Amino acid sequence: MRRWIEANAWTLGLAVLLAVLLLATKVIQPGFGATGLDSLARAALPFALATVGMAVVVIAGGIDLSVAAMMAVASVTGAVLMAGAGDGQALLAVIAVLALGIAMGTVNGVLIVVTRVPDIVVTLAMLFVWQGVALLILNAPGGGAAPWLRAMSAGGVALPGLPQGLTDWLPRGVVFLAVVTALIWVPIRRSKLGLRLYAIGSDPLAAFRSGVPVGQTRIAAYAICGLFAALGGLSVTMSTGIGEPIPGPYLLASVAAVVLGGVVLGGGRGGILGPILAVFILRTVRMDLTMLSVDPNVAAIIEGTIMVAVVMFGAILATRGRKA
Amino acid sequence: MTAMTEAPSALTRLGRLMADNPLLPLTLLLFLLIGVLAVMNPAILSLFWAGNTIKIAIPLAMLAACQTLTMLTGGIDLSVGTVATITAFMTATLAPLTGVPPAIAVALACAVLVGLVNGFGVAICRVHPLIMTLGTALIATGCLLVYQRYVIATGVLIPDFLIWLGTGRSLGLPNSLALFVPFAILIIWAQRRSGFGRLLYAIGANEEAARLSGVRVWQVHLTLYTLSSLIAGVTGMLYLGQIKTASLSLALPLDLPSVAAAVIGGTSIFGGRGGYGGTILGALILTVLTTMLTLLQIPEGGRRILFGLIILAVTALFIRLTERS
Repeated sequence: MRRWIEANAWTLGLAVLLAVLLLATKVIQPGFGATGLDSLARAALPFALATVGMAVVVIAGGIDLSVAAMMAVASVTGAVLMAGAGDGQALLAVIAVLALGIAMGTVNGVLIVVTRVPDIVVTLAMLFVWQGVALLILNAPGGGAAPWLRAMSAGGVALPGLPQGLTDWLPRGVVFLAVVTALIWVPIRRSKLGLRLYAIGSDPLAAFRSGVPVGQTRIAAYAICGLFAALGGLSVTMSTGIGEPIPGPYLLASVAAVVLGGVVLGGGRGGILGPILAVFILRTVRMDLTMLSVDPNVAAIIEGTIMVAVVMFGAILATRGRKA
Repeated sequence: MTAMTEAPSALTRLGRLMADNPLLPLTLLLFLLIGVLAVMNPAILSLFWAGNTIKIAIPLAMLAACQTLTMLTGGIDLSVGTVATITAFMTATLAPLTGVPPAIAVALACAVLVGLVNGFGVAICRVHPLIMTLGTALIATGCLLVYQRYVIATGVLIPDFLIWLGTGRSLGLPNSLALFVPFAILIIWAQRRSGFGRLLYAIGANEEAARLSGVRVWQVHLTLYTLSSLIAGVTGMLYLGQIKTASLSLALPLDLPSVAAAVIGGTSIFGGRGGYGGTILGALILTVLTTMLTLLQIPEGGRRILFGLIILAVTALFIRLTERS
């Protein structure tokens, strides 16, 4: 038990921090309840999905600067395909967008492996490419989303066997996130691929000499990131009902959340739960500041300062840990 | 391009030659691009066009100097676009209130402050430079937006000498060369000959070895990031004179291209390899490329796609050619 706590100290700390923040929210605004929680989850969803994608790549020892641009491509593709389509067609559109996400991530990965250009440069270049693709598909925000998809992100979820009073408090955004992450990440983590992702992240040479196909694993990491970026893009379309060709502020936020969530830049260490908790912490801070009617620009300053301070603190802790 | 079809031994030899003189392939590429441009539109090539290209490339090359220096140590500075924007905006808005010299002093002080924060985070807290500089850029942008609401009524004054420097020409050449040539010589000298430059390469090649040989790594990082922000601040002022409007997103579009210019110029993003000479050529190549894409009248989306692909292709080719194996 004690060992488990020590191993997951960072994640547990984040969970406690999130709980404290939610309590603080309740103090700031006594009316905060199920609807507030729901809108928080909806706002956090695209950030969380981008962060999960980024976390997978960072664990594998890379970084993907094109994640926000891939989300934009997914968002506009989904919106264009779904505009005026029936329910069945919309389902096909969703599947197409997810496949597109995997394809975009695979392209990133293959380029990194084949050209041997540093990942930071490749994904920086692909950031321009995907931005351009998004603009070619849709020049201005537009398109549409299927009603059932829109309904998926709002309101509580009725789970069988749980009282109505409890399920009202479980936002669909959180359930959606949990289901998607569990369906995609948990099987991967448990499989050979999951071990290989961590292996190439902690030491590519050692992994190679132990027989891990480093190139293929790296491509897989970027493909997974692309899949989550596509989900994130869909969730943007889901909550706004339109496609957005200009990438949102997801890149920096996802990197910050990954670091805050205890994944070490450089790879090999950390999990997925920590980054997700970190996303919710950052979103809750933002929401609290809005509730305190702080000027949004000042709120951005405070949010940025918190992110930087936390990252600094984490880095100091990491350095200490290495020396000890 | 013809080299690709020759025998492998010749290719290896060519690669070795280019590895020894990394500026050679870049110069070839630059002239190749200008050649393509000349075929596309023969009327465009003139002394005026050359001057214009140099004028547009200079702010990019100066911001890319920040990337080159930080990349030599294995870092990166993604706050340069924001810092340049802030100094430009503050100079333009404070000048009518306080006069030009104090406005410039305050603006540069802000730039140095951002640099000190970056340096503190990277040097003492050991945060990854990518994260640290993105974070300070975010905070600084927020501060700029808050600041902007208090000065919105004061009007804008762009100092005359900045306009002279940014847009004027003497003997057909842009005046900004008067700032850039000494700047480039200073940077190249500092990077090749000065002790500070050697320390940058030493840290980039092997930080632990540098530390064990008695280098105070944190002092170097702190100086480096402060210097980088200061360069970005000066660039912002030059850019203000060139664009002649104070906007809240003035130099932000130069942020990522400045990284691209340094990378195309052959500076390794992992540190220890590269130099400013290549970066200047990289900035020129990017500027000529942009002209070419504008000339082709490709829609914005297509232009970005081509831009990204070309950066990728050039870097991949460069790595292929200069790799010794």
